[in-house]
Amino acid sequence: MKQKMNQCSEWLLERFPLSDLWNEHMAHYYAPKNFNIWYFFGSLALLVLVNQFITGILLTMNYKPDAKLAFDSVEYIMRDVNWGWLVRYMHSTGASAFFIVVYLHMFRGLIYGSFKQPRELIWIFGMLIFVCLMAEAFMGYLLPWGQMSYWGAQVIISLFSAIPVIGDELSLWVRGDYVVSDATLNRFFAFHVIAVPLVLLILVFLHIVALHEVGSNNPDGVEIKQSKDPWGHPVDGIPFHPYYTVKDIVGVGVFMFFFATVIFYMPELGGYFLEHANFIPADPLKTPEHIAPVWYFTPFYAILRAVPDKFAGVIAMGGAIVVLFMLPWLDRSPVKSIRYRGGIFKKAVALFVVAFIGLGYLGTQPATPGATTVARVLTAVYFGFFLLMPLYTRWEKTKPVPNRLTDQPSLEDRIPALLALVDEVVEVQQVPDNIGGTIAKKRPNWSGISAVLIRFAKNLKKSLD
Amino acid sequence: MKKILYTLLFLLPFNVLASGGVKLDSADIDLSDTMAMERGAKYYVTYCLGCHSAKHIRYKRIAIDLKLDEAEVLKVVAPFGAGIYDQMHSAMNAHDAEKWFGTTPPDLSLIARSRGADWLYTYLRSFYAEPGKAPLGVNNVVFPDVGMPNVFWQLQGTQSAITQKIDGHDVITGLKLEQPGQMTPQEFDKMVNDLVNFLVYVGEPVQLERQQMGKYVLFFILMFIALAYLLKKEYWKDVH
Repeated sequence: MKQKMNQCSEWLLERFPLSDLWNEHMAHYYAPKNFNIWYFFGSLALLVLVNQFITGILLTMNYKPDAKLAFDSVEYIMRDVNWGWLVRYMHSTGASAFFIVVYLHMFRGLIYGSFKQPRELIWIFGMLIFVCLMAEAFMGYLLPWGQMSYWGAQVIISLFSAIPVIGDELSLWVRGDYVVSDATLNRFFAFHVIAVPLVLLILVFLHIVALHEVGSNNPDGVEIKQSKDPWGHPVDGIPFHPYYTVKDIVGVGVFMFFFATVIFYMPELGGYFLEHANFIPADPLKTPEHIAPVWYFTPFYAILRAVPDKFAGVIAMGGAIVVLFMLPWLDRSPVKSIRYRGGIFKKAVALFVVAFIGLGYLGTQPATPGATTVARVLTAVYFGFFLLMPLYTRWEKTKPVPNRLTDQPSLEDRIPALLALVDEVVEVQQVPDNIGGTIAKKRPNWSGISAVLIRFAKNLKKSLD
Repeated sequence: MKKILYTLLFLLPFNVLASGGVKLDSADIDLSDTMAMERGAKYYVTYCLGCHSAKHIRYKRIAIDLKLDEAEVLKVVAPFGAGIYDQMHSAMNAHDAEKWFGTTPPDLSLIARSRGADWLYTYLRSFYAEPGKAPLGVNNVVFPDVGMPNVFWQLQGTQSAITQKIDGHDVITGLKLEQPGQMTPQEFDKMVNDLVNFLVYVGEPVQLERQQMGKYVLFFILMFIALAYLLKKEYWKDVH
């Protein structure tokens, strides 16, 4: 039997470089040993991609891409198809989860300089994945054919008509009709289930091939290939398999915990993952009072609305994404990781995070004059972060970068400090009970809490220098 | 825990928007109370099904989820002539509806998901008489100028609006029971609550099962995390 197995594997290996592929990308791919929590999101994005593919295929088996049948077929999946509700919620929650992990993954790249030389191409492929993902999510959102699906698509496609001269013809061509209709639904279905996923898959492949060519960056921004042992392996590197495969499985578990919590207890997530108005079938004659895109588009939607002119707004919204592509060439700092960069970059990143989240919130809200003013300020901050980057990254005073990776306390190492913190903010009093013993009563220790807060504020200020 | 989560979710602006500025009374929803849902189903067939279908639910599904005998469902819940595999269709056709009400009454299968239980509970109790208002002589605080009559008027009685002049506008500050109906206000509130409970169930029949299943899934995942963590620790103990 064993001999037969060996013969089979030899037959295969003579014809296909299976073990070479495995070694190059898993067992002999050396990754820096100091990956922290930010480095889970790449593998999680891959996990969500697989989830979307599998649940998507299952949904396609019962979904009807027809304006008359689409809405009812989704309800049919929710009610009459065995486990259809679970598959559908995994897909709808997966869409939001995809953007959560991808935004965090991109933010990791931003703070540790993973987009910088020699990883510019990885960043470009990653940005293309992000754009594809947005197209995929936008077209997928039309398919349930609810009010928000319909009017969201109507609003976004009409943006094309803001383009001078060819605008009206172009939006007509995209829709295939004068309004969003059955023709639009059918073509979006085709794009959503085959065209865009195919491109996405190719881009993910290119993203990983490019990554494995130059090797992973790390929280110290140090190139581990610069210090090698006599066998030619990076001293600070460990094989991706088994070390990071087993580590990523823990991340997968934690992710699944949150994912399952949403699916089983709050699949609508208060209207953020599944909008309430999308439980009303699409009605071309009834415009909803307030049209809001799903949360992951709202930062860009807020930028669109912040600009008074429609065409300029479209340009600004597109520019908000184009500017991300140029990040590797906007950043002029010689240092990669935020750990060794100057205070000005840290403050700029903090402002950028505030602007992005602020715009995201404003995009979900009706555009009142006050909100529009705030959105304009935040839009200026968003673009300022990128467009002023060539200046402030050149001025910033960087700290010396070590030659080797540094030791940082892991999450487990921080547990004693956390317990000490709990002791500091809780006051225990021994109170006699009525049977002669004593009970330990816990209450907040205000002086301890204020000491902790002051220390936290001081540390925060220090870390921004 | 779940209460805290829901409270946090209710702080989110979407729910504030959904209410349209009117303060909503909270419905008491209990999807494990099959008796209440059975009463709600009967009320739905009696008072709502004449105009509003609930086409995404079948009598068979109601029998299964409410733990009722199929024959029982056909006898006490379903309208005369309905089969157990039938969906809850309304007898009124769209053409007549358009002629009588100016609009087709919406299907209510998902109304609890688009409007929310509290909105329904408040809306159904907020009709008031507005003499001279065409065509029905009634209006609603939660849904002004709604095209629907107060189908519960015999049970609830007639309410009138208490208005107050604020900034030169008449603003409705409350409702007063002018003429008592066949039910006391407490009985009526309970009846509407049962009906809303049924509608919440119809919105997503699987939700009770889903929540019950959730704890096993989460428990399994926690076990998985523990094992995965131990495995990771074992592999990583020689990484320095």
